[in-house]
Amino acid sequence: MLLYALKRLVYMLPVALGVSLVCFMLVHITPGDPLTAVIPVDASAEVQAEMRAIYGFDKPLPVQYAIWLGKVMLGDLGTSIATGRAVLGEVMRAVGNTLMLAAVATMIGFFFGCLFGFVAGYFRNSPIDRIASLLSVLGVSVPHYWLGMVMVIIFSVQLNWLPATGAGPGGSTDWTWDWVHIRHLILPAITMSVIPMGVIARTVRALVAEILSQEFVHALAAKGLMDRGIFRHVVKNTAPTALAVMGLQLGYLLGGSILIETVFSWPGTGFLLNLAIFQRDLPLLQGTILVLAMFFVMLNLLVDVLQTALDPRIQRG
Amino acid sequence: MNEKAVIAPIQTSEGYWRGVLRRLSRDPVAMIAFAIILALILMAVFAPYIAPADPIRGSMLRRLRPIGTPGYPLGADELGRDMLSRLIYGGRLSLFMGLTPVLMAFVIGSGLGIFAGYVGGKINTVIMRTIDIFYAFPSVLLAVALSGALGAGITNALVSLTIVFVPQITRVAEAVTTQVRNRDYVEAARASGASGFTIVRVHVLGNVLSPIFVYATSLISVAMILASGLSFLGLGVKPPEPEWGLMLNTLRTAIYVNPMVAALPGAMIFITSISFNLLSDSLRSAMDVRQ
Repeated sequence: MLLYALKRLVYMLPVALGVSLVCFMLVHITPGDPLTAVIPVDASAEVQAEMRAIYGFDKPLPVQYAIWLGKVMLGDLGTSIATGRAVLGEVMRAVGNTLMLAAVATMIGFFFGCLFGFVAGYFRNSPIDRIASLLSVLGVSVPHYWLGMVMVIIFSVQLNWLPATGAGPGGSTDWTWDWVHIRHLILPAITMSVIPMGVIARTVRALVAEILSQEFVHALAAKGLMDRGIFRHVVKNTAPTALAVMGLQLGYLLGGSILIETVFSWPGTGFLLNLAIFQRDLPLLQGTILVLAMFFVMLNLLVDVLQTALDPRIQRG
Repeated sequence: MNEKAVIAPIQTSEGYWRGVLRRLSRDPVAMIAFAIILALILMAVFAPYIAPADPIRGSMLRRLRPIGTPGYPLGADELGRDMLSRLIYGGRLSLFMGLTPVLMAFVIGSGLGIFAGYVGGKINTVIMRTIDIFYAFPSVLLAVALSGALGAGITNALVSLTIVFVPQITRVAEAVTTQVRNRDYVEAARASGASGFTIVRVHVLGNVLSPIFVYATSLISVAMILASGLSFLGLGVKPPEPEWGLMLNTLRTAIYVNPMVAALPGAMIFITSISFNLLSDSLRSAMDVRQ
């Protein structure tokens, strides 16, 4: 088991290195370099050259990459051009908020996804199955940024039950687990949970339907096992895959939260990305993307190893 | 190569495709989804003939008119432009931005994947490990990262979205090609002296393109949501062009004044995306592709 985890870790390293290279190149596929946006247009050629030398943009790309990677390893993601603060600090503050939102959304999505999936798979090819399956198709098809707007229209504008934007009263970003703050979390979390709900429901339905059609289930029934006992077997067979899908969904939500965060003005990484893109703050963009992508790579590794640990049938080389 | 490649299996195995069409035509969900998609495409193509008003010119006096105002059947937007006309015209760019990346990724991804799967060995490893790197990004993040770095605009958004979908299609294409390559009939063809090109053209393409195609159709719905999402973030289409995602963005502040009108463009994206999803699901079962 440990050997397998180590093998996966070794296999992950080149991917992580490649991901860092893509993040590094993000800054260099743009016309000009990151300084073009901040150097005054009328600056003399010497001043421009000097600035480039200070930031290291005069060196060849592979050298720049090596220097950049060395700094990243030590936790130095550079300085934000827009705010003048260290990128790492900015990203870490925002990641906490995004992670909380994505985790709550994943849990809601997992609960309802499993519920719909089990019901649909158990009553497969019945009207109940069709309704549950329709709900999961709706979940994967809905543009969630629009769903967010609709939620705001219904629950904030019309009913005035919940706040429309922000993560705390008066736009504060310091989170505490009290009702005043949780109120702000409800709408974005429910909106975000629709995607994992749809995906998990589809996966679970397919798994349950397949397991129920297998011979061992008929054997259990023939043996005289009650439905509840059979249900326990089905859960045990479904759990590893469902949990793996849930883990990956958490990663997708972390990376894809920008749309929801924009709708709800949630102070997370999406907000940071928006800021970085529209201020042309390339170091901030690069740093945020790198942190989120690395999260995803590690989450993949974790899910893979955990799935193997949970499901003894999986023997991987 | 792909024009021919897509047509080839239709000619060689007409019976199979006729069966697929027959099964599809008996599936009411597929037929409804297909009818909606057809209507949306016709609406986009013939927009100038259908739209009652100019989608760009507005009137500051008629801002945010509610649905049902005389002369404005679906109301007016934040600049007093006719919503119905803008929704009709918006289909042009929204459908174009959603379908083009999948089409391009289908061409590039199947080419790359079939090549990697067929040649195998070191070349396969190099291609597939490179693909893994892009696959290691969540799609939304990669799309936002690329178009954020490249800057707003239709071309940049299309390039970013294509890059997002190429790895996904390449993976599927490589997997099915590797399977087919090891089948006995490919071995038999090679033994009888067929060249590599002939084997790919005759034996591989016909058997791998339908699963890749079905997979690609399942990406259209995601592509529609993502493409409009980029415009929603201000990274795709620029104002004043009508595009559903962008319209949703500019109408965001109007939810307090006229929520029904503000929600309309998103409803269009939703209808389009769900129709493509349902049609793709039906196509999958009609073609009996298992994944």
